[in-house]
Amino acid sequence: MSRLQQLFARKPKDILNVYFTAGYPALHDTGKVIRALDDAGVDLIEVGMPYSDPLADGPTIQESGQQAIQNGMTLPLLFEQIAEVRQHTDIPLVLMGYFNPVMQYGEQRFFDRCAEVGIDGLILPDLPIYEYENFYQEGIEKAGLDISFLITPQTGDERIRQIDALSTGFVYMVSNSAITGAKSGISEEQIAYFERIRSMELESPRLIGFGISSHETFQTACQYANGAIIGSAYIRALGKGQPVDEATHQFVQQILKTPIPQD
Amino acid sequence: MIAVDERGYYGEFGGAYIPEMLYPNIEELRQRYLEIMQEETFQKQFHRLLRDYVGRPSPLYLAERLSEHYNTNIYLKREDLNHTGAHKINNTIGQILLAKRLGKKRIIAETGAGQHGVATATVCALMGMPCVVYMGAVDIKRQAPNVSRMRMLGAEVRPAESGSRTLKDATNEAIRDWINNPVDTHYIIGSAVGPHPYPDMVARFQSVISEEMQWQLEEHTGRAKPDAVIACVGGGSNAAGAYFHYLNEPDVRLIAVEAAGKGVHSGESAATSILGTKGIIHGSRTLLMQTKDGQIVEPYSLSAGLDYPGIGPMHAHLIASGRAEAISITDEEALKAAYFLSRKEGIIPALETSHAFAALDVMEYNSSDVIVICLSGRGDKDLETFINHFDDYQNGAL
Repeated sequence: MSRLQQLFARKPKDILNVYFTAGYPALHDTGKVIRALDDAGVDLIEVGMPYSDPLADGPTIQESGQQAIQNGMTLPLLFEQIAEVRQHTDIPLVLMGYFNPVMQYGEQRFFDRCAEVGIDGLILPDLPIYEYENFYQEGIEKAGLDISFLITPQTGDERIRQIDALSTGFVYMVSNSAITGAKSGISEEQIAYFERIRSMELESPRLIGFGISSHETFQTACQYANGAIIGSAYIRALGKGQPVDEATHQFVQQILKTPIPQD
Repeated sequence: MIAVDERGYYGEFGGAYIPEMLYPNIEELRQRYLEIMQEETFQKQFHRLLRDYVGRPSPLYLAERLSEHYNTNIYLKREDLNHTGAHKINNTIGQILLAKRLGKKRIIAETGAGQHGVATATVCALMGMPCVVYMGAVDIKRQAPNVSRMRMLGAEVRPAESGSRTLKDATNEAIRDWINNPVDTHYIIGSAVGPHPYPDMVARFQSVISEEMQWQLEEHTGRAKPDAVIACVGGGSNAAGAYFHYLNEPDVRLIAVEAAGKGVHSGESAATSILGTKGIIHGSRTLLMQTKDGQIVEPYSLSAGLDYPGIGPMHAHLIASGRAEAISITDEEALKAAYFLSRKEGIIPALETSHAFAALDVMEYNSSDVIVICLSGRGDKDLETFINHFDDYQNGAL
């Protein structure tokens, strides 16, 4: 069982998944951020690969990516940083990012290197399932990586079933029709969507992301799925100039408030 | 046979590398664009508007003084005479009719030089639909007259402030808008770029250019096929239209003219066929300018419409397979060609189009050849640039 699958087996609810951009705020903060998130009680970490043209992201993640690229972040360096931090933590690590840098690194070489440094899974938001199945599924499976695909309020039932079947990590439920960091709060319409997906009884665990930024929104999301994903709000917290450790502990504490009992 | 497959691939280029948030819109388009475009009522409405509103067919003009100078036979396909002054309106008329068929209530677009933005704002006014045009903050400054035209036509022009603040970034912002407004909005992409079916859809709407060229050439010369078709390529929409009916006629040379900016290897260029490598930009697998780490490079050209780091997947395929020849033209060469055409034929071309004319100085041809240049747009919007360089031209400093 992969680290991701072990996590979902051990902890079926209230999973806190935090996204951050590798190489942000400073180039060598990647390992520091991962260890701080792990110490603070986060269950799963998405490591964002910075990209010049992140189509699905709002200004917060765009700017953190620009900063990271300016800092000198590259995939070869990221792999070194992950390999190093992997010696200190067992937390599941998922790489998230756009497909073009993966292509330039060499797709199979990228998958193999991920596995080698201790990455557990991938989220590649602009790699659609058609291209995945036809070109990359075999290589990703061979490397032993989990993959997670996104669904949105507009995704049809049949396609949700397909995405569920192809996802070996979790199904990433985009909470609303928006880029990252755009909206906050959860509307009744979104609740109806969460309930609809819950009633489909998917095979894969579900994590809700986009617009999750507070204790309240995290709690609400956790009522309808196995957990939730926070990105932009954490990046904003990291960007305030506080030491990474402090900023991370405060942020995670604010989200969890009272520690959620472990099963 | 050069044609797109069902999944949007031209050879290895194309496809739809889009986030899931865009899937329902793109899939709806993919499943319906051909069916809608082939409807008789759609065709009627499209062609009526092209005739009565755009002013088509656009003339095919034998440029005698230019032909004499180059010692060959040069015909100009006068897309500059279309309503709004460029070929862009062919596509926006088509797409807004399609958007109405799909029940969309709001239109968004990106623009570089502003020609596509103006063409979109125009058809939105015509159809009474709200229109938001994303334009790089840098381009808003250098194409001020077109910004005013869009506003006069009732469109909201939103500056793209991210990245290089040019066409690439305007496209990113338009895509983000579409992600935020997936149900009521149609995105009118202006070039033969983006996820499938956009490159094919735009090429088909622009294909009226080569459709007319065929019978017009027949009238002028007795044969429907030229020896060469020359068009400038940023994303590649006027080239796609000018090539379309000749794609599978291997004896018709297809010449794609890119912007070399200050020189192909100057670090300030947009010559994608030379500087580009395979990758993904705006949802399409194609050739693009990028670092070895896969970060997209900021392109440069004096002309805002060619200032794009990629090319459409059809063009990537045509160039990679050797079907089309790519030529790179610098800012200076393009400016010189603009002044030259103005004096020789009394036609002030757009700066983008001027690149296509400069190709005549570097390409090989025979005196008996029939060469068609797609005169994609007129130069009114570039007057300030032309005026700024006019002394250099007069002094021979260009």
